[in-house]
Formats: sequence, C-alpha cells, structure tokens
Amino acid sequence: MNRKLKNTIEMIGVYSVFGFMSILILYPLLWAFGMSLNEGTSLYSSSIIPENWSLAHYQWLFTDPNSNYVNWYRNSMIVSGSNAVLSVIMTSLVAYAFSRYKFVGRKAGLYTFLILQMFPAMMAMVALYILLNLIGLLDTLSGLILIYVGGQIPFNAWLVKGYLDTIPRELDESARIDGAGHLTVFVKIILPLAKPILAVVALFNFMTPLFDFLLPSIILHSQKNYTIALGLFNFINDQFSNNFTRFAAGAMLIAIPVSIIYLFLQKYLISGLTSGGTKG
Amino acid sequence: MVDAPLRTGNINKKHNPKLAMLLSIIFAGLGQLYNKRYLKGFTFILLEIAFIITLIDFIGLGLWGIITLGTIPITDHSIFLLVYGLISIIIILFAALFYLLNIQDAKKQAKQIKEGWEAPGLFDSVKEGYDKSFVYLLTTPGLILLVFTVVLPLLFAVSLAFTNYDLYNSPPRNLLDWVGFENFKSLLTVPLWRNTFFSVFSWTIVWTLVATSFQIALGLFLAVLANDSRVKFKKFFRTILILPWAVPGFVSILIFAAMFNDDFGTINRDIIIPLFGGSGINWLSDPFYTRIALLFVQTWLGYPFIFALFSGVLQSISKDWYEAAEVDGATRWQKFKNITLPHVLFATAPLLIIQYTTNFNNFNVIYLFNEGGPAVKGQNAGGTDILISWVYKLTFETNNFSMAAAISLIIGILISLFAIFQFRKTSSFKEEGQI
Repeated sequence: MNRKLKNTIEMIGVYSVFGFMSILILYPLLWAFGMSLNEGTSLYSSSIIPENWSLAHYQWLFTDPNSNYVNWYRNSMIVSGSNAVLSVIMTSLVAYAFSRYKFVGRKAGLYTFLILQMFPAMMAMVALYILLNLIGLLDTLSGLILIYVGGQIPFNAWLVKGYLDTIPRELDESARIDGAGHLTVFVKIILPLAKPILAVVALFNFMTPLFDFLLPSIILHSQKNYTIALGLFNFINDQFSNNFTRFAAGAMLIAIPVSIIYLFLQKYLISGLTSGGTKG
Repeated sequence: MVDAPLRTGNINKKHNPKLAMLLSIIFAGLGQLYNKRYLKGFTFILLEIAFIITLIDFIGLGLWGIITLGTIPITDHSIFLLVYGLISIIIILFAALFYLLNIQDAKKQAKQIKEGWEAPGLFDSVKEGYDKSFVYLLTTPGLILLVFTVVLPLLFAVSLAFTNYDLYNSPPRNLLDWVGFENFKSLLTVPLWRNTFFSVFSWTIVWTLVATSFQIALGLFLAVLANDSRVKFKKFFRTILILPWAVPGFVSILIFAAMFNDDFGTINRDIIIPLFGGSGINWLSDPFYTRIALLFVQTWLGYPFIFALFSGVLQSISKDWYEAAEVDGATRWQKFKNITLPHVLFATAPLLIIQYTTNFNNFNVIYLFNEGGPAVKGQNAGGTDILISWVYKLTFETNNFSMAAAISLIIGILISLFAIFQFRKTSSFKEEGQI
C-alpha cells in the first residue's frame, strides 16, 4: 500500500512537470498563432483568442503590392536548396578523399578542419563584408550561397568522413579488383552506402540558411533580396507594435512546415550527430 | 625496394640522386629530365614557367602592398593591397609545397634508378599519374573554396586587427597603417573601451556558463523523467518537449521579444500586472531583467536538443547495469550518479562542449531579442551585448573595423584555447588521434 501510494505521488509529480513544461512551450506558440488571426494590427487590442477571426494578414502577405513576402520565401528556398545540393557534393568529395586516400597534407588537413570548425564564420564578418564588396558579390544571393558552402566544409567533412570510415574497405577494394575506377567506386559503392549521413548533411545545410539572420543581414541590403529570417525581422523592427500580427502570420507560414519536417526527422538528425559527431 | 628488381636487373651505379635533387632545386622538372621521366619533367617545367609569367607581377605587388599598405592616397587602396598581399602569401606557400614535392620526387626516383629500377612506358606513366593525382582532383575544389571563404577572411580579419581602419580613416581617401598592438592597448587602457570591454566580457562568460548549464540540466532532468518506464503517452510528451527545437529559432525569439515587451507584451499585461499589480517589469529597458529574460529564452530554445540527445543515450544503457545495482541495494540517486550520469556525459561530451562554444557566440538570441540593449551609460555597447554582438555593432553601426577585428581575434583565441583544452580531455579525441 505504502509503495503504491509513493508510486502514485511520484507519477503525479512527473505528470505535473510535463504539464507545466507543456504550458511553457505551447503558450508562446499558440499566442503567436492567435495573434496572426486577429483582425487589427495593434497588439493592444489583440488577444490570444481573437474576437473576430480573420485571415486578412495572410492575404496581405501574398497580395499587397507592398509585401515582399513571396520574394523572401523564394530567396530562402533558392539559398537553402543550392546550399544543400552544393554542400553534399563538395563535402562527400572531400570526405571520400580523407577517408580512403593517402596524400600530402592529409593529416594537416584534418587538424585544420578541426581548428577551423571552432572559428565561427561570424568572426570573419568584417572581412566577409569587405571582401564581397571588393568582388561585387555584396547584396547577391550567390555571394551568400558561396559563403555558406565554403563555411560548412570543415564541420561536415569530419562528420561524413567519420561515417565513411565505418564502411568496410573490403567493399571498394573488391570493386577495384573487378576493374572499377576511382569514380566508379565513389559513385556506385560509397555514395549509396553513405546516403543516411548525406541526408543529414543536406538537411542541416537546408535549415541553416533558413534560420540564419546574421550572414544575410551582413550581405543582403535591398528588401527584394532578403531571406525570410531577415525580412521578418526588419518587418517588425520598423514599427514593432503595428506589425506584429502581420509578422506572426508570416512566421506561422514558415514555422509550421519546418516544425513538421523536423519532428519527423529529428531521430535521424540525432543519430547522425552521435554516430559521426562524437567520433570526431 | 623489394619490388624494384622485378622490372629490370640493370643496376645503374652512375646515377646520382644528389645531382637530381640539385637540378630540381635549380628549376622544377630538371631533375625529372635527368631521371629520364620526360613527360613529368616537361610538365613541371611548363608549370613553373607559367607560374613565373602569370603570377610574379601579382606577387610582387601583393608583397609590396602588404608591407607598405600603399604610399599614395587615393591611387593606392590599402584594403585591396592587403587582400592581394594575403593571396600572394597563400600562393607562395602552395608553390613552395609543390617545389618541395618536386625535389623529393627527383631524389626518390634517382635513388630507385640507381638501384636498377626502370621507368614504365608512356601509357603506364599516364595511368600512374592519374591514380596518384585523383585524390587531388577530389579535394582541390573544396580546398579552393575553403581558402577563399574561410581562410582568407580569417587571415584578413586578423590583419585588420593590427591596422587603423575606422570611419574617419578609410581608404581610398586615406591610407591605412600597421599599428602593431595599438588597438589591443587602447582596449585595455582607454577608459571607455576598457569599461565596455570588461563589462561585456564578464556578461559573455556569465551568459555562456549559466545559459548552457541551465539547458543541459533541464534537458537531462526531463530526459530522465521521460525515460521512466511508468510514464504513459511517452511519444506525445516527447513530441511536445522537443517542439522548441523544431520551431525556427528566429521565430521563437521574435515572439518572445513581443511577449516580453514592456508596454504591450503579454507577460506584463496578462501575468505580472494581474497577479502582482503595479505597472509591470521593465523587461526590455532594465539590463538586469533583460538578462533574466534572455536566460529564460535561451533555456527554452536550447534544452530540447539536449533532451533528444540524452533520450537516445538513455535508451541505449543496458538494463543489466541497473539490475546489478538493485541487487546491491543501490538507492535511486546512487544509480543515477554512478550509472546514468557517466554514461550520458561520456557519450555526448564533445557535443556538450560545442553547446558552450555556440552559446559564447550566440548572436541570434542576443541581437534579435533586444538588439543587445538596453543602452548603458559610460560604455559603447548595450547592457546585454556579448562580445560577438558588440563586434557586429562596431562593424556595421559605427564602422570601427579595426577594433571589431581586434575583439574578433580575442574571441577566436579564447574559443580555440577552450576547445583544444576540452577536446584533449575527452576520450573520443584520443581515439581519433591513434589512426
């Protein structure tokens, strides 16, 4: 009896912790969602459960001539998509070399990657700004993509190399004996087996630019070229209280699809990180 | 050379490795010609000639530029010259590496020839060359990109820290000068800089330690609770608990910024004022409360990743451990302390360290929440600015490029010292080192 009572009390404790956390987590999100459905643009008169439901803000984002929202969305997709594709190509080539070949500078290269990982790209933001200005890539999406693709190499090359190291060498050796060349081994054997980690790399590199605020804010200057994070920030930053409901609508349109994708894929993300990440 | 005699039996005692080496030092490829590797030799010679013709002027200009930073204002642009100089140095380093390899190659092959080895025919040489250089084809695109988007900017930022580049002294109107450690000196001696630096620095440390530790503690606590076998609807609770990770960070931060707003935020309007009366808390205009709010926001944002990570590890701990401990009569706390905690921390140590370094540079939260504000008297950074957001402001708001670069350099040194120190202590790094 005593034991059962203790058990019940403990479970009540656990569930109340979960309940409390759920409120902390859901309240801000539901609040913003509610705001996006309010009719007016002022936060003073808005409430989490709107008196007059309306999709006016969503409509405004897509139809009003002053709204660049569609542009931002498209820019973000271009940057994220190109970054994901280019990063996978670049990283898998480099990781394959580091995992399978002996060459001059291999060890030095690995250490360089490790050290470069520690320096965030933003440490060089002064330089990136000035350099891109020199070569005329300031305020262009290609400049932004270039920086992302280059900056991800050190971390992801380690991640993928760690994974490739776990693929048995006998596989590519026996293919070589059968007469397969370097490229054939890479495309026909290594790439198919490395699919899980490459998917993680693709997802990471799709998400990073989508969420990033700093780099776009350094590189992109005209409203038309903004990515979605930058656009939404400047959107509400001008006149916070007047635009928050619109911001909330714009934020929901990006947050809901991304959250659903993340919740589905989080298991793979975590296992990708722990398998490659902890090993180096 | 075990396999050398297989090709031919002729031992060529007259062939001199030292001569081959000397020839290759004089001009790349000559040693290879002496070794009768004509294809390789001519390729090397062509490469060196091409290098000299196309790049020597540029390198000359670059080296002159990086030393003087220009001599005539308006005509000479110090920033261009600095960049040319850095590119020249990088090119020289690669050229030197190539030259060294050329000399080594000449010496090695001359030795082999002396011992009776004979070069393969043209077709085989080409195939061998392809086999050996394939790996460079793989790495070169990545290497070039890395040099121009990461290494060069970092070197450039480091160099800027030793110049006097700011709003009032900017090219092409003015020339920059090398000023040595002047920027670092003013950071420590000029009162405005010193006050700002120390207050920003100490807040950065507090922020990093407290926010990250909260994240980890909360993540661990919830992971242990959710792993309890008696809990029902596990999947449901897990999904909710992980939600803050799934929502894009900038969206959540901006939502919180609105919620904490002094005037119209829901926290003051719907929670603080109805419960405690008064006129609410100045969340965004009092540095102390902004800091509290920031710590709360970062914990909210950061714990789900730790939670997901730990949940995975907890499930992988074998039940036998706990059963054995129960047989020995261990209490729940003892089981947690001696089995769960070591397992979890051991498996995730590098990722936890990365959490600390990420928060050290967590620009997004600080800047998006309140732009590092509120402003504070007697310093040129806001009350919640961390080093990285201060650098951002110095660069883009006041154009104080040199000082920004100097502070960036300090950040970089701190981060790498910390990371190297920690990585050496974790075992996973040692395992990697053995390969």
